[in-house]
Amino acid sequence: MNVLVVLIPVSLVLGGLGLAAFVWSLKAGQFEDDQGNAQRIFIDDQ
Amino acid sequence: MSTIACAACTAVPPVQEIPPVDSDLQFSLPGIHCAACIATIERGLAGVSGVRDARVNLSLKRLSIKGSISPENVEKAVHDLGYDIYPLDANTLKGSEDLAGKDLLMRLGVAGFAMMNVMLMSVATWSGAEGATRDLFHLVSSIIAVPVVAYSGQPFFKSAAKALRVARLNMDVPISLAILLATGMSVYESVSGGHHAYFDAALSLTFFLLIGRYLDHRSRSAARSAATELAALEVQTSQRVVDGRVETLRTTDLAVGDIVRVAIGARVPVDGQLISDHALLDRSFLTGESRASDADQGEVLQAGSVNLGPPFEIEVTQVAQDSTLRRIADLVATAESGKNSYTALADRAAQIYAPAVHLLALATFLGWWAFTSDIRLAMNIAIAVLIITCPCALGLAVPAVSTTAIGRLFKAGYLVKHATALERLAQVDHAIFDKTGTLTVPHVTLPDTLTPTQKQICVALAQSSEHPIAKALAQQESDIPPAAITDIVEHKGQGLAAMVEGETVKLGNGRWLGASFHGLGFAQGSQPAVALNVDETLRTGARDALDGLTIPAEIVTGDVPDRAERLERELGVPVTALASPEYKHAHIQAETSRGRRVLMVGDGLNDTIALASAHASIAPATALDAARNAADVVLLKEDLSELPLVLAIAQMSTRLSVQNFCIAAAYNCVAIPVAIAGYATPLAAALAMSFSSITVLLNAQRVRFKT
Repeated sequence: MNVLVVLIPVSLVLGGLGLAAFVWSLKAGQFEDDQGNAQRIFIDDQ
Repeated sequence: MSTIACAACTAVPPVQEIPPVDSDLQFSLPGIHCAACIATIERGLAGVSGVRDARVNLSLKRLSIKGSISPENVEKAVHDLGYDIYPLDANTLKGSEDLAGKDLLMRLGVAGFAMMNVMLMSVATWSGAEGATRDLFHLVSSIIAVPVVAYSGQPFFKSAAKALRVARLNMDVPISLAILLATGMSVYESVSGGHHAYFDAALSLTFFLLIGRYLDHRSRSAARSAATELAALEVQTSQRVVDGRVETLRTTDLAVGDIVRVAIGARVPVDGQLISDHALLDRSFLTGESRASDADQGEVLQAGSVNLGPPFEIEVTQVAQDSTLRRIADLVATAESGKNSYTALADRAAQIYAPAVHLLALATFLGWWAFTSDIRLAMNIAIAVLIITCPCALGLAVPAVSTTAIGRLFKAGYLVKHATALERLAQVDHAIFDKTGTLTVPHVTLPDTLTPTQKQICVALAQSSEHPIAKALAQQESDIPPAAITDIVEHKGQGLAAMVEGETVKLGNGRWLGASFHGLGFAQGSQPAVALNVDETLRTGARDALDGLTIPAEIVTGDVPDRAERLERELGVPVTALASPEYKHAHIQAETSRGRRVLMVGDGLNDTIALASAHASIAPATALDAARNAADVVLLKEDLSELPLVLAIAQMSTRLSVQNFCIAAAYNCVAIPVAIAGYATPLAAALAMSFSSITVLLNAQRVRFKT
């Protein structure tokens, strides 16, 4: 059970990384044009 | 060919002009819908000199441009690419950024993170962890859960506190109580080494309710941004008089001391002192009094008043944005709080519902406590009852549908100004169209028999009017410098008269000019009136719109009979000619008294009364400011063909609202007895409750796919 002392913080840190990524993408305005972003993948590179 | 020429001239920087300062411009692009549109516009603009960055936002149907380029050049470039474009006032849009949505999304993300981790921890407890291990997991869970509940639950707590402060109950009171009780009880259990903690229940309740709240916010913000956009469209430009010539410029560029001309039916753009002798104004926007009021020379007029009389000039005394902001607030308030009767019903239901919920939970708690003497069990069941009974779904039933429908219509290019407009649109059974400017667009030619001076006078007269034909004339002949004219008087529905060097000049219909013809004419002094040839073409999609309507339609126009008859033959719809504004109004009232619900589609000042008195009304974006204000729905693009879709969506949203009520009511009927009997755990209750909200919200989304 001593392994929990390591595993719990590890899982929390990993989850925290995911949360941090979400916060970053929100602040960077990536959720402001969801329809546009969905369509943009169809645009061919020139 | 013109495309190439224009693309070339926009690509060449105007040498004589001072380049505009580096700025951030916003435009509305109502016609875009796919990746190809984004690519065409962004790439097309990338080649235009002065554009540093062009970005299309498909969700908002907006274009933002960074760089040193004038708005006119951007409009021209995008127009040449084949898209409708309208400039938006950057100052009006400022602050309309969706901060509340971002805030909700953040709280939602945090709640989701905490919920997943706490659920993971609780797996250990459910699978048999004991003693110190279980206490450790409970402790870690509480360390995560308590701050997250405090942060993510705030939208509910704040709303509940607001209601309690005025001694009222709303949906958020039972929600907050359930979240706080579940958390508080779990903390107590953790500290005292108890077997079960319900942090996961508290967090999942918060998470699911936040999803509902966020979806609701998104469909609402579509209407909100539409309202803001409308405001940004309205007081966009003003007409400044410089050395006797009228020039159009952005209202925000006006300075104190400028002379501004206010056309008939237009709003006073900024506060200013009246220079002309006399003005007739509708100040209903400011005072709530709809009676027309007079103003004499020297009086200060407030921005927002509508000019009902002849054009007048004001000297700008204040350029503060106050008045504009006041109007935005007004429009947003209309879109947001203009709740229809169904919503009001749901609100009233909540007033009875909330106390009933609390009493029910309290009775359940006391009952179970009395029978089992187990205060902890009684508490659990009471919390489950609280969660089950919060009538979120009931409260969401109508706003979810109407806001989604408004968003859907916005996509089709229709701005719904009023929430109840949808319901009224769903009920219409008779459509009345205005002809000129609504179904047809004018085209005027000045005959060569007119002298150059007379042409200049014509243009000057046309510039003073907001009538679509006059506007078309002024626009077509913009190369001709207007003559200096004084004492302009507009005779409603007849024409314009003015003085030039002691002679009376008139632009108006033939009968009014005393000539033998009926159409547009020009008269100078005692010379016989000259007929000006006005052609008209059907607006794009006008035929499709009339063909697609399932309700009877008719056209009522102030125009001459022969042209009306031609249109009648062309479209196969009954046409009434020579109708005055009063006749249109009386005609609508007559239809209404016969039990019909009339849809009015019109654009002119002569339609304004009709637009306001009809059961529901639609005006094109090219309509007079006054008409746009009176209408429930504004059509942003040129094309009329989707008009039947508006009615179909309105009918569908009414149907979906009723469906949602039934879903919510049926759900509560089943769930409440189960909860009171003690078969619903807090977790199951949280899930089931959220599912009913989400079912209602998803059902509302169906209106999106209506074609």
